[in-house]
Amino acid sequence: MFEKVLTKNIKIPESRNIDFYLKHGGYKSFQKVLKEMEPDTVIQEVRDSNLRGRGGAGFPAGVKWGFVPKNNDKPHYLLCNADESEPGTFKDRLLMTGDPHLVLEGIMIASYATRSGKAYIYIRGEFVEEACILDEAIAEAYQKGFLGKNIQGSGYDLDMYVHRGAGAYICGEETGLIESLEGKRGWPRIKPPFPAVAGAWQSPTIVNNVETLACVPSIIEKGAAWFKAIGPEKSPGPKLYCLSGHVKNPGVYELPMGLNLKDLIYEYGGGMLNGNKLKAVIPGGSSVPVLTADEIDVAMDFDSLAGIGSMLGSAGAIVMDDSTCMVDALLNLIHFYRHESCGQCTPCREGTNWAERILRKIEHGEATLKDIDLLEEVGAHINFRTICPLGDAAAMPIASFLQKFRKEFEAHVEQGKCPLNSNL
Amino acid sequence: MEVKFSEAALKEYDAIVKKYPERRGALLPVLHLAQREFGWISRDAMRYISELLDIPLTNVLDTASFYTMFKLQPAGKYHIQLCSTLSCALRGSRQIYEHVSQKYGIGDGEVTPDGKFSLLKVECLGSCGTAPVVQINDDYYEDMTIEKLDKVLDGLK
Repeated sequence: MFEKVLTKNIKIPESRNIDFYLKHGGYKSFQKVLKEMEPDTVIQEVRDSNLRGRGGAGFPAGVKWGFVPKNNDKPHYLLCNADESEPGTFKDRLLMTGDPHLVLEGIMIASYATRSGKAYIYIRGEFVEEACILDEAIAEAYQKGFLGKNIQGSGYDLDMYVHRGAGAYICGEETGLIESLEGKRGWPRIKPPFPAVAGAWQSPTIVNNVETLACVPSIIEKGAAWFKAIGPEKSPGPKLYCLSGHVKNPGVYELPMGLNLKDLIYEYGGGMLNGNKLKAVIPGGSSVPVLTADEIDVAMDFDSLAGIGSMLGSAGAIVMDDSTCMVDALLNLIHFYRHESCGQCTPCREGTNWAERILRKIEHGEATLKDIDLLEEVGAHINFRTICPLGDAAAMPIASFLQKFRKEFEAHVEQGKCPLNSNL
Repeated sequence: MEVKFSEAALKEYDAIVKKYPERRGALLPVLHLAQREFGWISRDAMRYISELLDIPLTNVLDTASFYTMFKLQPAGKYHIQLCSTLSCALRGSRQIYEHVSQKYGIGDGEVTPDGKFSLLKVECLGSCGTAPVVQINDDYYEDMTIEKLDKVLDGLK
């Protein structure tokens, strides 16, 4: 029986309170690293656990921390990426509202390991209430001596702040986030240099997702071997799965990595809404290739989903039933990417705009079969030609929707209208 | 009207600036503060911020114009932001948009003549499990239906 690690407290009303957190063993891991562990030992433990980044890329967190150069005089920064904006993803919000001190403790340990003296939680601007909850939690942590100067007599100093974004998906990309933290447009930077070497204010900076950081206290408490034993060895640990769209019980489900997508939908999600037939699932947030109903017998972990040509991404599964027009669904997503493209790279800025116009034509029955080929070409010309992955994120749905549902696109052309009269 | 922070806002401003190693880092929170104080970010407000932070006006304009949450023109007293991205769309956000639009006779990005309501279609609000979701000013209203939203809207003074 899997015991919840990240969401065990979220339903308890007083879980936001530091006294509750302390009473249930909270901040023990942070105290342990301060007293017993060198920063490099902490990095090694997290590296051994094979904790992979929960923001979408799946990069091993411990390896990332290890990129921070040793023996330099610059200040180091730890940034918690709470800019949760990937369509279909709503897990970090749950952690921040339900167990904010767990997130804070993860940040503290990561800051110590990377020898950072300042940590910022970059939270999307729309999450006003969540930002207040974090501010209160931070104030409590200062009061109890877990933040500030000479924490718990260890000689380690750490300050932590909440930084609110202001409505821009691109700031979830780590270098866009850094630019935004510096008060600029969220325009991603060309890498290298990587943030670990020259990030915020050109200083060594580590950016980790909320859920990634929330895994850290239990790794320190129970050890890397314990963590590694949960789910598949190559991408282990507890995982928050988000389920939305045409399912009976949408929501966040914490289960071991490697959960079968079919079980997520039918067992945990209660099956399809109104008993309708499943048509398609985007398994990892809107940016990953779509799966057909025949492809959902798959383990939700980084490698298994990559094995069938999709991605785990942020594990935000968007479920669509057979009443969904795939052209209109893609149009909705490409509209999103067009709107959120930062405008820096021509292929993305122009390509998403062009793709949206073609899709609108197809959806309204005003396109020719050639337009479908053109759409495919436009998508292919965005892919891998931009500074950041937003371009790829727009190109992948285009390619996969066309590959798997091309007949529907053609039906729009042939009938001169949307066969389903969709209006998303 | 002179654009100037109140005493309380200036105190907040001082606390904000201390959080960042460089002054421009404070720009986003100061823009949020200005929007809360003045309701929206006018060119005069930008000039004021540029003087306060001692950074060029172009930097303030450059940043303020990038982010959708910064209102560069006045919005309604109640700013209704309807999520229209896929998970909400699958759950009927389009119908909710059309209803609100008809109810107040305003389209996307418009304000009612009395200045009470403004309507804006926004991209994913990160609350897809409780779709469709509507944000009115700072507050989220989740699992919305036309009936539930009407109740909320009709209760706004």
